[in-house]
Amino acid sequence: MIISIASGKGGTGKTTVAANLAVSLGGGVQLLDCDVEEPNAHLFIHPVFEKKEVVSTGVPEVDETKCNLCGKCGEICQFKAIVVIGKTVLPFQELCHSCGGCMEVCPEHAIREGQRALGEIEVGHRNGLEFIHGRLRIGEAMAPPLIRKVRSFAHAGKVTIIDAPPGTSCPVIASMKGADFVLLVTEPTPFGLHDLKLAVGAVGILGIPCGLVINRSDMGDDRLREYAGAEGIPILMEIPFDRKIAESYSRGELLVDVRPEWKEKFLQLYEKITDLVKQASQTGGKQQ
Amino acid sequence: MKELVIISGKGGTGKTSIVAAFASLAANKVLSDADVDAADLHLIMNPQATERHDFQAGHSAVINLDKCTACGLCRDLCRYDAITEDYTVTRMDCEGCGVCVYFCPEKAIDFPLKTCGEWYLSETRFGPMVHARLGIAEENSGKLVTLVRQEARKLAEAKKLDLILTDGPPGIGCPVIASLGGATAALIVTEPTVAGRHDMERVAQLADFFRVPVLVCVNKADLNLDSTCEIKQYAEEKNYAFVGTIPFDPVFTKAMVAGQTVIEYDNHTEAAAALRQIWQKVSSHTGLHSP
Repeated sequence: MIISIASGKGGTGKTTVAANLAVSLGGGVQLLDCDVEEPNAHLFIHPVFEKKEVVSTGVPEVDETKCNLCGKCGEICQFKAIVVIGKTVLPFQELCHSCGGCMEVCPEHAIREGQRALGEIEVGHRNGLEFIHGRLRIGEAMAPPLIRKVRSFAHAGKVTIIDAPPGTSCPVIASMKGADFVLLVTEPTPFGLHDLKLAVGAVGILGIPCGLVINRSDMGDDRLREYAGAEGIPILMEIPFDRKIAESYSRGELLVDVRPEWKEKFLQLYEKITDLVKQASQTGGKQQ
Repeated sequence: MKELVIISGKGGTGKTSIVAAFASLAANKVLSDADVDAADLHLIMNPQATERHDFQAGHSAVINLDKCTACGLCRDLCRYDAITEDYTVTRMDCEGCGVCVYFCPEKAIDFPLKTCGEWYLSETRFGPMVHARLGIAEENSGKLVTLVRQEARKLAEAKKLDLILTDGPPGIGCPVIASLGGATAALIVTEPTVAGRHDMERVAQLADFFRVPVLVCVNKADLNLDSTCEIKQYAEEKNYAFVGTIPFDPVFTKAMVAGQTVIEYDNHTEAAAALRQIWQKVSSHTGLHSP
């Protein structure tokens, strides 16, 4: 089962919920940090890493001795990643989306596939919990292919928890697509609610059942709960603001280590999620 | 023309609230919201749109099933697995590369331009604002950020305003890269947590990569004073201008609920005083200071 943890707004507590849920469930669980731009879960899990690999994507490399400057590669490329200017052909590898069009279209077979590093993936573990994250190379724009690579480590038989990036565009979709459940972590503030609505919209397009965790639940106003009630989105857990929790978070400590009574609450959260996933599969998938 | 971009790496450190406070304090500026896929600045600025435009970018393949002979070439060529067994294109998976369109022997694939969102020119009580809304689950956020910043620049020139305040997105990927290029300076708003610090370092490296001068401030500073000190030291070692700290204060949430900036809500809080000091340092910083 895949549970993806998303939010819309950043800094609402996705990583806190993902890491504490994963640690509470213990062995046989995978935690995949798909926030490859700013991965943070390892700062709380403190995994022992045993494997690291560079992830690359295909980009054009031109053999100028074969190129006759016909310009077909520049014509097919939608991303302006290869152009013929005067007597040279210029690939702009940073702009390439790796569609393979230029290689396919080149009549002289002058283009072969080189590689551009997207970032790296690290695989590790802590007490039977399997941990995988990706780190986007500084200056690299394209997160989704690296996210998909992190997700390729998901085992069908395991509980896989995904820590998604903030927002609602392509990296978030890449982190939620194909999940059995999306757990949305939000806060009862105008920014939290506004961005939650966008995230709910994205989850709706994907047709995945979802539920809410309200963090800092005693701050802000009531509009979030009114919205959740009106939309029929279940509130599965509330975490009140606690300065001690915030301070221990700042040091990279897990909530369930500082306040052990929360472990039971995270296990209950998991029970509620499995019930909702069961219900959704019985009613044929789509909730809401 | 000067442009200050406010970024953070980590989400939720207070970027938008700080941009809003600066809007209260700065004169002669245009506001621009470059966090196009979860834009929030308008919730405080309450902009009245004077112009609304569709944002069109990229194409999406659409197979005409009347012409399609199900030869399978497009499915073989598509590297994004965006074409299903019954020859429909899953829009969300289509990268818009056009390879299937080019090679289809029956010319059965259309390639219409996509409308991915909207952008607006608006008036606010703090002056003009350019903002946008990327459609949910859409691509091309970087292009929309570039567009918003270009329009902000045009507007500033037309109205003879000398500063653009840009609320940037979290992360270090495509929309952040689009927010940084050509900016006068980037103010990184971080927090004294392991995550805040880790993410600040990555986004600062990105700003270095694009040769944009970095300024650093710490929000919620008293949550971990040791970490705040370490961030200050780090900034000094790297030659980033450290422009101050803001205490953890529920007034940020209260002001947000009231739809006001922290300065408007209560000008006498510690947070408001800290923000005024930071703004003074930021605005007198080399490059942003206009005599």
